[in-house]
Amino acid sequence: MSPTTPATPATPTTPTAPRTGRAPRPALSPARTTATAARVLRQLTHDPRSIALMLLVPVLMLTLLRYVFDGSPRTFDSVGASLLGIFPLITMFLITSIATLRERTGGTLERLLAMPLGKADLIAGYALAFGTMAALQSVLATGLALWLLGLDVVGSPWLLLLVALLDALLGTALGLFVSAFAASEFQAVQFMPAVIFPQLLLCGLFAPRATMQPVLEGLSNVLPMSYAVDGMSQVLTHTDMTADFVRDVVVVAGCALLVLALGAATLRRRTP
Amino acid sequence: MMNNQAAAPAPAVHARGLTVRRGTGRAPRTVLQGVDFDVPRGRITGLLGPSGCGKTTLMRAVVGTQAHVTGTLDVLGRPAGHPALRSRIGYVTQAPSVYDDLTVRQNLDYFAAVLDPGRAAADRRRADVARALADVDLTGHADALAGRLSGGQRSRVSLAVALLGTPELLVLDEPTVGLDPVLRRDLWNLFHTLAAERGATLLVSSHVMDEAERCHDLLLMREGRILAQDTPDALRARTASATVEEGFLRLVDEATARAAQEDPR
Repeated sequence: MSPTTPATPATPTTPTAPRTGRAPRPALSPARTTATAARVLRQLTHDPRSIALMLLVPVLMLTLLRYVFDGSPRTFDSVGASLLGIFPLITMFLITSIATLRERTGGTLERLLAMPLGKADLIAGYALAFGTMAALQSVLATGLALWLLGLDVVGSPWLLLLVALLDALLGTALGLFVSAFAASEFQAVQFMPAVIFPQLLLCGLFAPRATMQPVLEGLSNVLPMSYAVDGMSQVLTHTDMTADFVRDVVVVAGCALLVLALGAATLRRRTP
Repeated sequence: MMNNQAAAPAPAVHARGLTVRRGTGRAPRTVLQGVDFDVPRGRITGLLGPSGCGKTTLMRAVVGTQAHVTGTLDVLGRPAGHPALRSRIGYVTQAPSVYDDLTVRQNLDYFAAVLDPGRAAADRRRADVARALADVDLTGHADALAGRLSGGQRSRVSLAVALLGTPELLVLDEPTVGLDPVLRRDLWNLFHTLAAERGATLLVSSHVMDEAERCHDLLLMREGRILAQDTPDALRARTASATVEEGFLRLVDEATARAAQEDPR
């Protein structure tokens, strides 16, 4: 939860509470954050099917992919490594957008914000809970890919895991942000193709980014998923951390924090 | 507008010229039109009026979750929406706002942890949750999923959340709607206990006029204005009516006639 701390206090407090802006409050209460994370995880435990889908679908897709590329293990290496970064992003995007949409439409968000809960506590709580799930998912998928499916990675598996976790955080941030613009769960699910698919097409998974039409290449340079996938391929082909890898990690983390701050700004204490 | 509590201490809620505009774009609608009222401490004030007259907006303004509020609105001695008020006000929205995929106890545990966080407060929280469960008579359902409960039970879970932490002011938006007569009577008994024994101030909205007789004070609303603030007895006497409902209708007719005189079209 530490990376969310600096991002949140700057934007949200001033514009939404014009008459109360003077109150000095700690930006983040660790006890309220962990209580929120525990509550989110407790909600998940009442829904074992969602947990199973979250953990098993990436594993099954990777297995499928392994045998689709049965004849060309090099292709499996590059596509498989990219997918290890893309799965957590998509899963966390979906569950965060639906979960926060439920908070918004179910009235619990209004109730929480009328209570002494900081927006940073709520967001960090969600990031912590879903980050834990993403870590589990990534450990399972990475472990299976490396040791059972023979994914050939030159670099350290821990670096793969680091990128996967940052991708999950980015997915959580994007999901939180778009849930503000969805009026129903139907709409929230539609945001998945709208926000994720263009990034998927442009991230270099289907064609190297340098071979794209120049306008698209420029566009792919400003989309965070391009860096997520590039980070994975850096680990795939280099034994130690390259300068490109560090840049990729910083860009993904920076984007996640930026979008989290934007998401925090969409949590309104006062409804218009 | 009269307030027959002249010698009483400062009211829990004090509003003068309270105006709320809602809606976005170029046609904002004025939902509350410069209303003046006081909610006296330690008593039950009923907020009555037809659906859509602005009751919920008024309550949200008091709780501090309503945007575009102008005028004076002091709550427990501070401007409405002040962060220090957040742990002193319990608010129950019209639709139950609890997590359907948590049990009743897990819901209460979480909201209690938001109000009174930290490991050191765990025992205090446990006692608080047990008392709130007993208050709304749901101890026997503590381990049931909130989503599996009946509508009336879910709204009592929502009420139990608002009772956590012994708030000084309870703002309850139609808490008895859709409940059977026995439950309604039990809840009103609870409201009176909260006011008499815990010194809480209650602001309770309803569009059912027979509930008015159970309140200490009444705020009668219509179309974004306060028609009258009085006790049920004084209101009946003033309008020479047998019931509050009759009195309310008489006040509405008077207001309509006055409006027709001022604006003949």
